[in-house]
Amino acid sequence: MGTWPVIELKNVSFSYPNGLEVFKDLSFELHRGDRIGIVGHNGSGKTTLLHLIVGLIKPKAGEIIVFGKKRKDEKDFREVRKRVGLLFQDPEDQLFCPTVAEDVAFGPLNLKIPKEEVHRIVEQTLEEIGLSGFEDRVTYNLSGGEKKLVSLATLFAMSPDVLLLDEPTAGLDEKATEKIEAILTEKANTYIVVSHHRDVLKRITNRILRMENGRLREV
Amino acid sequence: MIAEPFAHGNGIFHTMDPRVKILVTLGFSIVVAITGKPLVLGMGTAFAVFLVLLARLNLRHVLTRLLIVNTFVAFLWLFLPFTSPGPPLFSIFGLGITRSGIETCILITIKSNTIILASIALLSTSTIFGLVHGLHHLKVPNKLVHLFFFSFRYIHVIHMEYHKIINAMKARGFEPSTNLHTYKAYAYLLGTLFLKSSERSKRIYQAMVCRGFEGTFWVFQHFTFRKRDLLALIFMGIYVFFLAFLQWGLGR
Repeated sequence: MGTWPVIELKNVSFSYPNGLEVFKDLSFELHRGDRIGIVGHNGSGKTTLLHLIVGLIKPKAGEIIVFGKKRKDEKDFREVRKRVGLLFQDPEDQLFCPTVAEDVAFGPLNLKIPKEEVHRIVEQTLEEIGLSGFEDRVTYNLSGGEKKLVSLATLFAMSPDVLLLDEPTAGLDEKATEKIEAILTEKANTYIVVSHHRDVLKRITNRILRMENGRLREV
Repeated sequence: MIAEPFAHGNGIFHTMDPRVKILVTLGFSIVVAITGKPLVLGMGTAFAVFLVLLARLNLRHVLTRLLIVNTFVAFLWLFLPFTSPGPPLFSIFGLGITRSGIETCILITIKSNTIILASIALLSTSTIFGLVHGLHHLKVPNKLVHLFFFSFRYIHVIHMEYHKIINAMKARGFEPSTNLHTYKAYAYLLGTLFLKSSERSKRIYQAMVCRGFEGTFWVFQHFTFRKRDLLALIFMGIYVFFLAFLQWGLGR
């Protein structure tokens, strides 16, 4: 495994607009091949951490270094988002196109990949995720588990180097959970998983951190 | 997404180039909206009904849609007959009903139903993406196209949140009646609805940005302009021009 950090947070501080402090001097590193699980109470800042990494929110102080480059403004983060896939807690937030194929194609098209290639990617990604034949299914008619899988497919279609997964198994039954676990362990290499499911984390990550009082501690 | 009950299917209009459909609907609607000639209106209505039949849609769904439109039209019937100028035909409760009022009402009712029928047959047989792309390729300004798409998108979001909250209220035994408690509950509902939808729309936007969205919608299932689209454009175009000719071309 390589050792240079793909994502590095240096003394990052962040407060909510209402003044509530989430992080103070938080430092964190993710290396290529790392599979890190993060646990912590509701509202401890787990989601905030993921959103900071892709620049959806900006820190009050500190540095965010992704792929060896300091990221400050929107333009820097645009580059990050093309290579770091963020899975949202609620798939309803992520899926917005009428059909599965169009939703999976949305990312690759934004990457300006030629159309014929996108068609191939859509087909291949759905096959990888085990959703072959779902191309023309209407997204709002899918079950919770299927929606989560399609959300995952929309990320995989962009071939990200790093995945940030916000509660990937929340609200899913055993079978769907197993499926997600299998996909992550087999098809993904570097990721951070935020979850309340300890047993899931034990199976799919090689290191678990606890978020507490704005700090990350080894468990 | 908002249910697009007519958007998926194998009818003749489902596979048609959305640009053709947008142009025909626009032209047709303008002629029908302006005309005052019974012949033109009758031929227009017949055309719209013909299109709906040709589209092979679930007729019951079509009628449900018409019902919604006609509840708005019903309000016109409540006021227009009483307020239009002219000698009264007969009177109810001392209020005179005029001939011109009733004529206007009938005209508006037929016109709106005709235009809606044509729109159902032509426009709602496309997905929202198809229409958005169609508008884009017809060189409608980008901002308007985005506005159109996101209105559609967020109306759905608000609608969904509304149902969630209403269900949560019902689950706790809420029954609307005429009292302060009900009004207060509805006020809270509206407030929460506004906050929640604005939050959710923010998250959807974030999710789009995360997947590299930079303001342009790229076309995936691209439509192609085929020979049959050209034929459809010619046939429907000729009919619309014929109606327009009947409306303006004669009698001058």
